[in-house]
Amino acid sequence: MNQKPTCLIKDGIRLDGRKPDELRPIKIEVGVLSNADGSAYIEQGKNKILAAVYGPKELHPKHLALPDRMVLRCRYHMAPFSVQERKSPAPSRREIELSKVVREALEPAIFMEYYPRTATDVFVEVLQADGGTRCASITAASLALADAGVPMRDLVAACSAGKVDNTIVLDLMDIEDKEGEADVPVAYMPSLGVITLLQMDGILTLEEFESAVNLAIKGCEKIYNLQREALRAKYVSAKEGEE
Amino acid sequence: MSIVVRVKQKQIAQLIAKGKRLDGRGLNDYRAIKIEQGVIEKAEGSARVLLGKTEVMAGVKIEIGQPFPDMPNDGVLTVNAELVPLASPTFEPGPPDENSIELARIVDRGIRESKAVDLRKLCIEAGKKVFIIFVDIYVLNHDGNLIDASALAAMAALLNTKMFNYEVEGGEVKIKPGYTPLPVHKHPVSVTFAKINDKLVVDPWLEEEQVMDARLTITTDDDGNICAVQKGGSGYFTPKQIMEAAHIAREKAAEIRKSLGW
Repeated sequence: MNQKPTCLIKDGIRLDGRKPDELRPIKIEVGVLSNADGSAYIEQGKNKILAAVYGPKELHPKHLALPDRMVLRCRYHMAPFSVQERKSPAPSRREIELSKVVREALEPAIFMEYYPRTATDVFVEVLQADGGTRCASITAASLALADAGVPMRDLVAACSAGKVDNTIVLDLMDIEDKEGEADVPVAYMPSLGVITLLQMDGILTLEEFESAVNLAIKGCEKIYNLQREALRAKYVSAKEGEE
Repeated sequence: MSIVVRVKQKQIAQLIAKGKRLDGRGLNDYRAIKIEQGVIEKAEGSARVLLGKTEVMAGVKIEIGQPFPDMPNDGVLTVNAELVPLASPTFEPGPPDENSIELARIVDRGIRESKAVDLRKLCIEAGKKVFIIFVDIYVLNHDGNLIDASALAAMAALLNTKMFNYEVEGGEVKIKPGYTPLPVHKHPVSVTFAKINDKLVVDPWLEEEQVMDARLTITTDDDGNICAVQKGGSGYFTPKQIMEAAHIAREKAAEIRKSLGW
């Protein structure tokens, strides 16, 4: 077993050399899977996550269809090799809960009423996990939805903040999540200024909670810019290809 | 949302805009809370909670088992929830669905993160034998806000739990006569809000849950710290609404703890 480090922040610098309010390096690519209607890939630190969207399409079985809106279905899943100890490929209770909260983080962004009686599937596969996978999954999944041409109010950007070694920090990696005092994942629609996912575990005072939420929102705003760049990059390169 | 629900939503939202609710409560009022402990003799601890017409039972069973490899000195606490089909026409028999898993995990998070149960004291032999505490939540009647009712039932059952005395003889655990109470040090209380037409109401009952845009649960401990948060539903909250809810949750949880003598 790995030895637990005695301190996670030394002289204001975290284990991986970041400042408390700094994001990990992020790489985003849109339109990476040819079979899917929309797809995106994100690397955030050591996280490597693929998201794909199929739909809007006809819903089977038909009795599950809603007369006035689309049904969004979401599966968050971790590959067995994505973590240190092999994870059973069967969906765990954690994955079932995360599938639900990821779906509920995306739903407010979509004009569901434009596609009555249809379904849209969002599949998220975590290929490598290093803390903050639910947030990176939402960031990638909302790009995959946009790539599929699903009409949306805004992109959803997500990022966590938390408390590590008595400091409020942004974008926790695995060891900070496990050894730290608290973790607050947030999903945010920047142009509407609203929060679509909020969870917390750990112990925080009300004041610390407020600064963690505000820091996470700042992180979401930065990620939002990267999302827009990635989306634009796909269409610029597609246009260049035509010429 | 069905047509009937949509008509109801209008009525409920209009009332809430005036600071009123269909069942006569104020926006930040809870329904009456009734707790009965020790209702199941064969369980090590149990409780039945009535929150208005919502009824939830929780039972605690204790077994001896292995600790998690990364926590060799700690006992194990697991929370499970069953949405029993007799509790609502919308509950189906079968393995736990996402709603019951989410419910159990929210309750679990509140108890775990507040360190309500002293798991260190549940270690028999480090790395080999520990006590495993099973908390099983049984929803018996669904009239809204299952989260808060379940969290209260789980805590009331844990506070009611008696552990058998034991001694270790040559690596074997021998049960001795008598009981000691489970080491419970904190009393996390969750407070759930429904957002209906941009207004927050506390402790939503079923009709309000059917028309709500989004749900927010904030669990606080005895010191007023936040120990668990969960947003649910397909709507959103503004940052301002979240902080407003956090302040109300802390106040309400303190009131509930006081009224229950926790």
